[in-house]
Amino acid sequence: MEQYLLILLSTVLVNNVVLVKFLGLCPFMGVSNRFAGAIGMGLATTFVLTLSAALSWLLEAFLLRPLGLSFLRLITFILVIAAVVQFTEIAIRRISPVLYQVLGVYLPLITTNCAVLGVALLNLDEGHGFTMSLLYGFGSALGFTLVMVIFAGIRERLELNEVPGPFRGAPIGFITAAMLSMAFMGFSGLIR
Amino acid sequence: MLLAIASLAVLGLVLGGGLSLAARFMAVETDPLADELETMLPHLQCGQCGFAGCRPAAEALSAGKAPVTLCPPGGRALAARLADKLQVEVDLDEMDREPVVAFVHEERCIGCTKCILVCPTDCIVGAPKYVHTVIADSCVGGGDCVEACPTECIEMIPVAARADSPRNWTWPMPPSPQYELSQGAE
Repeated sequence: MEQYLLILLSTVLVNNVVLVKFLGLCPFMGVSNRFAGAIGMGLATTFVLTLSAALSWLLEAFLLRPLGLSFLRLITFILVIAAVVQFTEIAIRRISPVLYQVLGVYLPLITTNCAVLGVALLNLDEGHGFTMSLLYGFGSALGFTLVMVIFAGIRERLELNEVPGPFRGAPIGFITAAMLSMAFMGFSGLIR
Repeated sequence: MLLAIASLAVLGLVLGGGLSLAARFMAVETDPLADELETMLPHLQCGQCGFAGCRPAAEALSAGKAPVTLCPPGGRALAARLADKLQVEVDLDEMDREPVVAFVHEERCIGCTKCILVCPTDCIVGAPKYVHTVIADSCVGGGDCVEACPTECIEMIPVAARADSPRNWTWPMPPSPQYELSQGAE
């Protein structure tokens, strides 16, 4: 039980996918303009990441490794991720048309969110079991959502401030992201 | 090799089948009238109607939030068909209005800036007590400025067709095929 809590804490704060491992920066910069969009993106990614982490672990354990096809890992995982994303898109379109409009092109782009593939591969590299993989994916996604929400909140406030001309828009966003990343470095001593 | 091909093919089939099932069971109910109207629109996605494309325009039409004369590329014929489909009365003569832009007769302009304030596209330049002028490229021909002008110095004038401003597109009628055939026969 303790190790499960630890892995959640570690993936959300200490080894945050976005700010510490620098994975999934595209939606991090792209969909963080608006708070509502950021939350929606975070939730959609949470769903995709958790499901694809579990599915890719199952595929590796019961299909690829027994058949000696581990070299097909990348293409198989991408296939699974793409299918899960497509399913998410269908579901969101059905459940919340507004969210579907807000997320726009970034929803199919979860497929190419390197955090999703990265977590699936890291799971295998670190030799996690099934539950561990599931939690690792879920924790990473929670970390992603947390950072998205924090960053969107900051950016909404930045919009209202008088930023010097050359820094307006994306540049100040990148500077803010860098500072946020440094702030998250403070968590690195949390777990030994 | 064969094993790899077979396992990926099976995986693809399973995932694809699952997705198509999901798409069928979670299909979004779309407005059938909007679907039908969308097929009637020209699918140019030009946005001249003020909507983001033909689909949103069709939805607005179906909801009765847009006039059937909304589509400049569709012109009179489309307006007639849409009016027929939606069972509404429409005055088709309005459709043949030429594109117009505002023009300031400078000898009467007193530089009051009233027209500048009402222009939705900010296409009138000028300052208090200086003669104003209209940037014709940005003028959408709304005519608000004509109402606002205290000296009646603004007039809406027809504008020549120009390829680089889509709202001014007026294309000559193509010659009829029968005419060309008869010309070729002689």
